Order: sequence, then C-alpha cells, then structure tokens
Amino acid sequence: MSEIYDSATLDKLPLDSWHRARGGRMVPFAGYEMPVQYEGIIAEHLWTRENAGLFDVSHMGQLFIHGRSVDAALERLMPGDFQFAADMKPKYSLLLDDDGGIIDDLMATRRGQDFYVVVNGATKYGDIDYMQRRVPEDIIIDHMRGQALLALQGPRAAEVLEAIIPGVSELGFMQAGPFQWEGRSLWISRSGYTGEDGFEISVPAIVVEQLADAIVAHQLAKPIGLGARDSLRLEAGLPLYGHDLDTKTTPVMAGLTFAINKRRRAGGGFPGAPRILEELDKGPVEKRVGLEIEGRQPVREGALILDGEGNEIGNITSGGFSPSLQRPIAMGYVAAPFAEVDTALKLEQRGKLFDAHVVPMPFVPHRYYRKGAA
Amino acid sequence: MSLYFTKEHEWIRVDGGSATVGISDHAQEALGDIVFVEVPEAGRRVTKGQEAAVVESVKAASDVYAPVSGEVTEGNQAIADDPALVNSDPEGQGWFFKVKLDNPGELDGLMDEAAYRDWVNTL
Repeated sequence: MSEIYDSATLDKLPLDSWHRARGGRMVPFAGYEMPVQYEGIIAEHLWTRENAGLFDVSHMGQLFIHGRSVDAALERLMPGDFQFAADMKPKYSLLLDDDGGIIDDLMATRRGQDFYVVVNGATKYGDIDYMQRRVPEDIIIDHMRGQALLALQGPRAAEVLEAIIPGVSELGFMQAGPFQWEGRSLWISRSGYTGEDGFEISVPAIVVEQLADAIVAHQLAKPIGLGARDSLRLEAGLPLYGHDLDTKTTPVMAGLTFAINKRRRAGGGFPGAPRILEELDKGPVEKRVGLEIEGRQPVREGALILDGEGNEIGNITSGGFSPSLQRPIAMGYVAAPFAEVDTALKLEQRGKLFDAHVVPMPFVPHRYYRKGAA
Repeated sequence: MSLYFTKEHEWIRVDGGSATVGISDHAQEALGDIVFVEVPEAGRRVTKGQEAAVVESVKAASDVYAPVSGEVTEGNQAIADDPALVNSDPEGQGWFFKVKLDNPGELDGLMDEAAYRDWVNTL
C-alpha cells in the first residue's frame, strides 16, 4: 500500500521544505517530488471549491520565446492565432506533431513582441527540443528556470490575493499582467485548472517561499496537493496531458476545437493540418466524452468502454470519485457514434462491469470570473 | 482474544475459532480518503494471502488480503454504506469481515501488536 521509488533521481521544487513543513506527503510526479496531499484530498478539494487553494506548480515549464516574427514561427508549431493575439491575453494552444497528434497542451501569452508560454512539467524538455528543431535560428526559447509558479484557485482567491498584491482583482478572466511585490517582479494571469476563479503567479524562485507564506497567512487560503488538483480538474472536464491527451489524440478528437479559430482553419499551415481540417469537416473517428457511473466504485484510467452488445468501443483516460458530486465520474474516448449525451454504455474494470452514460462536461459548472457580473 | 497483524497491514482479532479482519490505522493513513469498500458476503470462502475485499481511496484501488483461510460469516455493511468509517475507526467499527478459521495454525508467523507497531515505525 505504499509506493517505492528512488528519490535520488527526482528533482526538488523550490518549495520542497515548505511543503514538508506543512505536512505535505511527497510523491514522484513529472520528475519531481511533489505534495499529493496535506490534510486529505477531499477536504482540500472542497476547501478550494469554497475558499482559496494554493497550488505549487513550479514543475511546469515556463518559457520566454522571442525573436523576429516569433508569432508566425509559433503558428508553424501550433494551431493558435498568435499573429493577431491581443497583448497580455493567455491563449490555450496545442503543440502538434505532423500527424496532428498532441505533443503537449499549453498556455501562450503575448507580451509585446514576445511570448510567455507555460507547458506541462513532464513534457517540458521534449517540448523545448521539438520547438528548437522547428523554429528559425533567430527565434530564442529561454527556459525560465529561475521562476517558480503558484496557482491560487477558488471563489475567494481574488479577495486573498488582492490583500497581498493590490490591483490583481482588476484582471479579467484570461487576462495577465506584470505586478510588483516586495520589490520583486511578478507575472500574474487570471486563469487556472480547477474551473474556479483564480490566478497563476510566476515569481522568482528565491522569493517564492515568502510569497507562499504571505498567501497562506490569510485565513481563507490553504496549501492544496496534486490529488485535489486532479479531482478538481476532472470535475471541471479539463483534460490532463499524458492521460486524456497524447500523440494518438488530435485537438478535434479531444474536443478542443475552440483553440483553432476561423483564420487558422481557413489557412492551415500548422502540423497535421490536412488531417485536422478533415476531422473538423467530417468529424473525428473517436471523441472525448464525460461519463457518469452507477454506484459508488471509481472507474479509473485504463478501464474499457463497451457498447450495449459488449463490443469494445473505447477506454477510460481519467476517472475517480468526485468529492463535490459524491459519485464516480470519468472521461474517456469512444467511437464517435457513441459520443451523444445520454448514450448508455458499459465499463469493464478488473473483470467487473459498470453501467455508465455519457454526460456533458464540465461535471461541475465552471465559475470563472466575469467582469461586471456580481 | 488475541490481535495479530500482517505485513500487508491487515489486522485480525481472534476469539476462539472465529476472527474479525480489517486494515490497520497505518494502512488507512497511507490510503487517504476512502471512498469505496467491497466486503465479502457471508458464506464466501477466503484463502490466506488471497484477495478478500477491495478498498479504494480517491487516488487508488487496493486489495485486502485474507490473513487466514476460512468461511466468511459476515461482511461489514456499515463500511460499504459509509466508507469513511475505515478512516475514522480502522481498527474498531471500520472492520471488514468476520471469518471462521480453518486452521488456527495459520496465525503462526503473524505479528503481534507490539511487533507490528515497531515494524511500521521503521517504514
């Protein structure tokens, strides 16, 4: 019931000792020792849905990409509209291979002529190699190794962060900007991975401990581990790279077509464009769907999805117990004819069958901040 | 009554020819929030070292092994209805099943409570 791993091969986060001092249970993830939980996943999950949860996501890769016509160079790697991207507005995009398979999913933000890009921790070195091979020589990809990354998420996140960094609550959802704190430069975006309002804060690693202390000194903020990060994003219907997305899935299969705008659909010019444009036109062979499962037992990644006659039509890519809904939920890929909402399916896990049906995602409604709304 | 533990973190409380089985406090702590439990029904035969029950936390599914062979006389419906009971009272109300022992000799080689607690502290 305990995992054995060689901690010598794992990197340490800038907040490593901070997590341990707060009772964080450290596990291997993305090449780092990371806190999976402090007081317990369910308590941390519900706290984030009601208050503000502080996540250390410093394992993720922060890149600063610059050089002549960097926007056009990024468009040859990804289907995003970077040439017309507004300043300081993070955009979700996908690094694609030549078959349209997803190498990584990421957030890219124009900062003047340059781009700030946040990629997944487990894939960051591969991403950098891939991008460097594919961009012109005068495009520079700086890996910002000296920066830590925190996320503060939840309905009280704005109130907590505003008390420490005045002005942040003026940011709209999916808007970013530079801020000063204790004489240090921060880059803060109003975004996140929980379905709640919240912020992602890029901070020099040498002061991340002081900033984390200042945040959790607020009675509405607590440190939250990877376990709750996973259950929160699953409830929010957000895919996790390496599980719900990989090089065998395309943006269309994954239901991420919002990341390909009209101009890019018309012009193509990104890796895998012929296949992706055809899938946009004719529909993909498989689709990512949300599933509600009867009973209480979680059905997890790797379980098979069967049709009414017992034919295998797909597999579960993420699944678990939803603390907010108090029931098991999952996402997976099914053959397109079975992707309609309310389709009844069977799941098979360790020789046992479960009844499930397709439901719309998110499982728990998003509550992103909208300016002007109450 | 005697209490024994396995290296797989099950406990077994023996009273004459029958016994009650559960998972240790250390096990529930390691698993974290328990959200699902499947216990064997009365009449099912279990074999020492083989899967007898299932326990799932938010993060993972684990098997609970039978510390002895025998016939199950009762599964604990209370933990099937409220799995969090295994977290709050693992070595009391959070028991998994009761079993009639085939062979009390199978208890030889299990740890007593003091030995188990000492061993867990070394993990």
